[in-house]
Amino acid sequence: MSQLQFFGQGLPYLGTYDCPGVLITVEGTDGVGRTTQITMLREWLEVQGYGVVETGWTRSELIGQTISQAKQGRLLNRLTYSLIYAADFADRLEKEIIPALRSGFVVLADRYVFTAQARDMARGVDRQWVKDLFGFAPIPHLVIYLRIDVASLIRRVIPRGVIDYFESGMDVALGDDPYDSFKKYQTILLREYDRMAGEYGFNVVNAKWQPEKIHAQLREIVSGFFRSRRLLGWARDSDLIRDPDRVDQSLASAEVAS
Amino acid sequence: MSNESGASLQPHQYPGRLIVVEGIDGSGKSTQIRLAQRWLVSLGYNVFFTEWNSAQLVKKTTKRGKRKKSLTPTTFSLLHATDFADRLVSNIIPPLKAGMISMADRYVFTAYARDHVRGCDREWVRKVYGFAPRPDIAFYFRVPIDVALKRITMARRVLKDFEAGMDLNLSPDPYQSFAMFQGKILEEYDLMVRENDFVVIDATLSIADQQRQVREVIRQRLTAYQRKPRIA
Repeated sequence: MSQLQFFGQGLPYLGTYDCPGVLITVEGTDGVGRTTQITMLREWLEVQGYGVVETGWTRSELIGQTISQAKQGRLLNRLTYSLIYAADFADRLEKEIIPALRSGFVVLADRYVFTAQARDMARGVDRQWVKDLFGFAPIPHLVIYLRIDVASLIRRVIPRGVIDYFESGMDVALGDDPYDSFKKYQTILLREYDRMAGEYGFNVVNAKWQPEKIHAQLREIVSGFFRSRRLLGWARDSDLIRDPDRVDQSLASAEVAS
Repeated sequence: MSNESGASLQPHQYPGRLIVVEGIDGSGKSTQIRLAQRWLVSLGYNVFFTEWNSAQLVKKTTKRGKRKKSLTPTTFSLLHATDFADRLVSNIIPPLKAGMISMADRYVFTAYARDHVRGCDREWVRKVYGFAPRPDIAFYFRVPIDVALKRITMARRVLKDFEAGMDLNLSPDPYQSFAMFQGKILEEYDLMVRENDFVVIDATLSIADQQRQVREVIRQRLTAYQRKPRIA
């Protein structure tokens, strides 16, 4: 039986259950090409026959809309900002991520709790508090960090048009103009990602490379992970869905197990 | 003062004072805090009162989710925490900074009890609420379940689903469910008394007797408090 490891106490009310799936998260600031890389990675995995589920950072069915409304009205202070994103993540975790992992899918997460931690740090929230807050989150099997420097990041984001209010930390008044604020905010984010890269063992990839070169690197990282998984006997590859016909069956067995 | 989980609330440094009341539904805590508030105002104190009976965000979100069961224990807990953080920052802290007396009907202890009964990890909930300042006085109105239930039915109040813990499927009968759910909440409160220095009031006593005790405790604890202090 494969079980998930959690950062903290996990979700005690779910009990124990078999979780043969694999959780891969892709981290990085805006403008590093996360979406492109996830699309390419998904295609590559699917060609090999792995069932893939994608999940984003603010797309929860239940709370996503509440967040959008709160942001529009700028009703968020730094505590409520952290908490509502945690609630949104919890919703996706329990309704999408964990069920998919239990059924043996490869889950590709476009950003994960590390993004929340980095943003919260940039907003001046206590580091230990944020870590404890996300104690219910499973530790990903693999974290890919698309790393870029501030100068390159800025030159990629500026041509896109208006700088996003929250992406530039304007809500916590980091600077008195959007550009200064954006630069300051993203600098703090990068510092936090770099710190976490060491702490949690991220797989760091240079986001300034051509997309094809990045993708090749990701393939290497992911196949290396699957290889070591087999070698260490953590899981049989047959636990993962490699044939769409097996999906329903595995879902059914997950239901019985719960 | 710290507890085993190492996640107790930190004392605040604001010039004001924070008084909170806790207890299950039907304990009479809201009546008592209102009487205490009237009394403090009559003595010339600046008092600000806030209650935390239901979370706006939870209501809005569940309405959107159509069925109440769409909330898991963790999302339920975190949405309440978001709502609490909002009230803390906009309603509870400002009076404290302004040197006033901030009174809260229900505080983090309600969440400690309720969220754990719903299945969240006890220690995790305490850590999530670690941003809240420790109250200067926390009154706990302790009452047996049958007395609480009698008070609620006498007032002919319809039990709200969440208050009866109906989503936990303890019993199809709201009153039976209430008794079981609030019974567990009561156990949680009892565990908190020492670690949080609760002032326990026997809520089966008459309203006047309870209020006398409440006022006596407040009188003693406000001795070092300046009625017209500096503002933060």
